[in-house]
Amino acid sequence: MNATAPLSGLISRSYKHGFVTQIASDTLFPGLNEETIRIISTKKREPEFMLNWRLTAYRHWLSLQEPNWSSVRYEPIDYQAISYYSAPQSDKNRPHSMEEVDPELLATYAKLGIPLDERMALAGVAVDAVFDSISVITTFQEKLARQGIIFCSFSQAVRDHPELVQRYLGSVVPYMDNYFAALNAAVFSDGSFCYIPEGVRCPMELSTYFRINEARTGQFERTLIIADKNSHVSYLEGCTAPQRDTHQLHAAVVELVALEGAEIKYSTVQNWYPGDAMGRGGIYNFVTKRGDCRGDRSRISWTQVETGSAITWKYPSVILRGDDTVGRFQSVAVTRNHQQADTGTKMIHIGRNTSSVILSKGISAGHGHNAYRGLVKILAGAEEARNYSQCDSLLLSDTCSAHTYPYIEVKNPTAHVEHEASTSRISEDQLFYCRQRGLNTEESVSLIVNGFCQAVFRELPMEFAVEAKKLLEVSLEGSIG
Amino acid sequence: MNTMLEIKELCVDFNDKNILRGVNLTIQAGEVHAIMGPNGSGKSTLVNLLAGRAGYQVTAGQVLFQGEDLLPMQPEERAKAGIFLGFQYPVEIPGISNALFMKTALNAQRRHQHLAEMEAMDFRSHTRKMAKSLGLEDGLLLRPVNVGFSGGEKKRNELFQMMILQPCLAILDEIDSGLDIDALVTVASGINALRTPQRSILMVTHYQRLLNDVVPDRVHVMMDGRIVLTGSKDLAMELEEKGYGWLAGAGQ
Repeated sequence: MNATAPLSGLISRSYKHGFVTQIASDTLFPGLNEETIRIISTKKREPEFMLNWRLTAYRHWLSLQEPNWSSVRYEPIDYQAISYYSAPQSDKNRPHSMEEVDPELLATYAKLGIPLDERMALAGVAVDAVFDSISVITTFQEKLARQGIIFCSFSQAVRDHPELVQRYLGSVVPYMDNYFAALNAAVFSDGSFCYIPEGVRCPMELSTYFRINEARTGQFERTLIIADKNSHVSYLEGCTAPQRDTHQLHAAVVELVALEGAEIKYSTVQNWYPGDAMGRGGIYNFVTKRGDCRGDRSRISWTQVETGSAITWKYPSVILRGDDTVGRFQSVAVTRNHQQADTGTKMIHIGRNTSSVILSKGISAGHGHNAYRGLVKILAGAEEARNYSQCDSLLLSDTCSAHTYPYIEVKNPTAHVEHEASTSRISEDQLFYCRQRGLNTEESVSLIVNGFCQAVFRELPMEFAVEAKKLLEVSLEGSIG
Repeated sequence: MNTMLEIKELCVDFNDKNILRGVNLTIQAGEVHAIMGPNGSGKSTLVNLLAGRAGYQVTAGQVLFQGEDLLPMQPEERAKAGIFLGFQYPVEIPGISNALFMKTALNAQRRHQHLAEMEAMDFRSHTRKMAKSLGLEDGLLLRPVNVGFSGGEKKRNELFQMMILQPCLAILDEIDSGLDIDALVTVASGINALRTPQRSILMVTHYQRLLNDVVPDRVHVMMDGRIVLTGSKDLAMELEEKGYGWLAGAGQ
């Protein structure tokens, strides 16, 4: 018997969120052209500036080539075979309270384990739920509004707060940024919008849950969070999708703007359908996330726990523009079966006395392929910039792989940049030690992996740390061979 | 008297090498046995095999634990049945506090015994005295398992785990190695405190020193994969003086 025998059994469990909800929905025919974009914009009753922005982005997208520099491999995507808009039909009479929400939909969220009701108030969480393309309900809007906080669907923000949207949209991730960001700008359907006014500390965790339900639809949501001077907000997004044997595309954009003295903590628990044991189906998760520490002394922190998706391609980044700004990136990425992840971060130091910390924990099992790719860039004017990066990989099988690609560009001699990396197998000695104390193999692996991820979990809000630990356990559970 | 452990004509291969060549050993409930012997004589193989570590092939013989066949049992089943191994080299588990590790282990056992699981607060008050009796600082409980522990702290921590789990059969593999005199006294009194008429203890040691403080009922000498001589604690004194050379060829 060797250590990999029971481990191989652990990683073969099936996806728990793979159900489909039968809801009458309003889905656009597959295909992408200017007409598609006009329809989306009309359906969303958008002002003209929005439509123009979309069309400009679309025309730019047509001039771009799909990127191929990452280490992930997949069949070419047929962009004409995707439907770019799908909404539950009940959208025609938007729900105004929980009682009006389609019970099927609520049952879906219950299955997902999202307590979308008053209990959330006790947990201190306000939820915006995005189902396929549209935002279904946003809880606690009124309570938040009393402090001047705007937390609503992106569509609503475009209608109700066009000045804020117009001012900040694309100011962190411009439509010409990259292939998928351009596509998103052209066809994005919904997402969350959040504005925290000056000096306000958001009294609860804000949260968005994304769910892809319809077959052959893509999900292109866009999130924009603006933290005005000296404000503070903690935000969490969670994602799941049904089990389907074809691949689905998810190309989101998240923009964070932190003004002087503001702090944004953004946490993600991503559990999109990863495909089956043979690598069939699963979500292609091509996401652009970036935060701009625009004002002095502002802070942005990304924490992500990535267990899902067939392919993950994302690099939540921080632009340290203001002086004395701080950027953090903490990540746990799990790949098993045939999942591929190419993920990491970019820390762009522009202001003086800026500092950034990168903590990446990759766990590979089965035939999983896990790559960390990170850029630390210190510009000429960034006096006394500091970066510390630590990238650790844990391998659970003989057939998985872990790769680290750190890129460091330093243009200022006062910079301090440190990079540490390690790769280790889960050791037979650790497993035996745990089992000798009475834990079974599954419990032992879970404990050891949890310990490996501890430094990242510590950064998650308490209730989400519990959720992340459970998700990790579920990700690694299965029958013991 | 109840028989705790019965090893009969046990032969074991490791890495295609014949390590144990017919071991016979019987331990009654409440007895303390010590196994001594030169390096490479098979002591570690025996304790690892008893705890269920992978990689050992039993080619002949039998091991009965409380009358049941031990060999088909998984390591965690053996642990839950009451077998505890104090490791010669305790393993580090980064990111998991000692307290969480032991609470998880204790609760796995309590579930097995159909007892209610112990909450964190109860666990802390339950274990505080135990840690103190071994001279372990409270802070050590909150540090990751064995990470950055001194040699002495690791060994005392093994004993601490034994106190928490209250096993029927404790196998202590060189619990005295790498300890200074003071730590040795603490460890010895810890072991003595754990001696009960129901609990059996099997100690593997190189030194007679430990056996002055923890007086064994039996001392065995292992050489070339066999127990070649069994005696009282006086045998340990004799070995300390004469070494093992005079026993070469014994028991053949």
